[in-house]
Amino acid sequence: MLTKEQVEHVALLARLELSEEEKEKYATQLSAILEYAEALNKLDTENVPPTAHILPINNVFREDRVCDHLPNEKALSNAPEKEGNYFRVPRILADGGIEG
Amino acid sequence: MKLNTLTAHELHEKLLGKEVSSVEITEAVFKRIDEVDEKVRALVTLTRDIAMDRARGVDDKIARGESIGLLEGIPVVIKDNMCTEGVLTTCSSKMLSNFVPPYSATVVRKLNHAGAVMVGKSNLDEFAMGSSTENSRFFATRNPWDLERVPGGSSGGSAAAVAADETIYSLGSDTGGSIRQPASFCGVVGLKPTYGTVSRYGLVAFASSLDQIGPFAKDVEDCALVYRAIAGHDPMDSTSARFEVPDYTASLTGDIKGLKIGIPAEYFIEGTDPGVRSAIDGAVKKFEELGAVCEETSLPHTEYALPVYYLLATAEASSNLARYDGVGYGYRDETAEDIVTMYKRSRSEGFGEEVKRRIMLGTYALSSGYYDAYYLKALKVRTLIKQDFDRAFEKYDIILSPISPTPAFKCGEKVDDPIQMYLTDIFTISVNLAGIPAMSVPCGFIGGLPVGLQLMGRPFGEGILFKAAYAFEQSTGYYKAKPNLE
Repeated sequence: MLTKEQVEHVALLARLELSEEEKEKYATQLSAILEYAEALNKLDTENVPPTAHILPINNVFREDRVCDHLPNEKALSNAPEKEGNYFRVPRILADGGIEG
Repeated sequence: MKLNTLTAHELHEKLLGKEVSSVEITEAVFKRIDEVDEKVRALVTLTRDIAMDRARGVDDKIARGESIGLLEGIPVVIKDNMCTEGVLTTCSSKMLSNFVPPYSATVVRKLNHAGAVMVGKSNLDEFAMGSSTENSRFFATRNPWDLERVPGGSSGGSAAAVAADETIYSLGSDTGGSIRQPASFCGVVGLKPTYGTVSRYGLVAFASSLDQIGPFAKDVEDCALVYRAIAGHDPMDSTSARFEVPDYTASLTGDIKGLKIGIPAEYFIEGTDPGVRSAIDGAVKKFEELGAVCEETSLPHTEYALPVYYLLATAEASSNLARYDGVGYGYRDETAEDIVTMYKRSRSEGFGEEVKRRIMLGTYALSSGYYDAYYLKALKVRTLIKQDFDRAFEKYDIILSPISPTPAFKCGEKVDDPIQMYLTDIFTISVNLAGIPAMSVPCGFIGGLPVGLQLMGRPFGEGILFKAAYAFEQSTGYYKAKPNLE
């Protein structure tokens, strides 16, 4: 069973803010799903290679050359807040260093 | 004859014969949308002006005596997780409810190039996470065969729009069954192509090693036509496969004598609706009558597919959805005074419950101390699942199974129980893990609800799927049935 502290830690890693109710609900539901996933431990996979990707594709390279790109105004067109050619965000530096 | 009920290949003939115009076809589709979408709720955005302009352009071309392509002037609906330049692309999420992409997905560009007439964008479970289209942040889509029931998901809007004749065909995406399960529930043809054959560029990413775009159509011939139009290598997608896209129409002969079909025992589990079982038994008999050889086979690791899927898909999702931070685009909380609070609040308010549940699960599975136990273990079992298919395809051309253990379930029935909801995908997810192609083809009805037959093939074996599906479809005719929405 996931503890409330574990749920809070995962929420922090995922940059989510959860209500007390959500924390309890997710603790129960995630525990049930993880318990369901325990079934995998019945299998011996000691000598089985992992499959991260299904196609036999290795690194894909291309020539490094200048080509068409998204113009600035289009790239900024969905910005919640902008200033000149920049995305604007709330304060990053607190007194004494980076926040968070 | 209502034009909106016809297939693309039938309409193409009529356009060539100057019996109808693209404007008439497009107007017929919008008329149907105006009549029934209030009930079905398949569409989140309509693109009426763009569509009519496009249709007029095609008609001018025909009037000038120019030749037109197979999909030219034919209406299409696009799932709202594929970027359409200048047209809202919301993923049915509050996070992207105001997102107007500055570029189009490769599939959209290809269809535009082919002269397709986009009439709208369809509803989905938020970020394609769900099996019922009830997780949309806007509204739930209904099943045209029974408005009290779900259309399946996550591409429920695209499936319902085709079933209700609100479009001629549509595109969906399939990460664990999101094309095939709604195709089955809505009684239309759906294809999840081989991984890497259709570019994912411009598809909003959910689980990148599993996601694949594919068509919904009213018959197998249309499905093959649309697949051919959207498939092919794309330098903008680094996981895109290099292969030649054949002309599949040559394989639509109806002759499948000697085709070897394997039927995996693991796909006939307890809890399967007896009606589904008898529909599948009937399909097997039909294939035998047509000269195919059907045998029972085994895919022994099937029971592990669901837990593998829910670890891998959520891990990939937690990474892919990290980009939604309220900075470049998407929803931003305006109350936060520092950036970390802004990230957290934007994400917590922008994402719905199921999306957050999956981000949480995926983040946990990837977190330090648990990576080997969950994520790496799941990747290894994925290898075993793929090897099951490799072995089966040494002997069989096609593997046949149900799409889902039940027909469409009632709205609200499973929303509060994630595991019950996940179980509806139990027969479809192995295909994504193995990267192989699979189709859903209508194979009967239970109490007025459609049942879908799943045909799975070797990697790049779409041709043989179309061949088998076409022979089955033409000799049974289930695809011709239409829901009554009057």
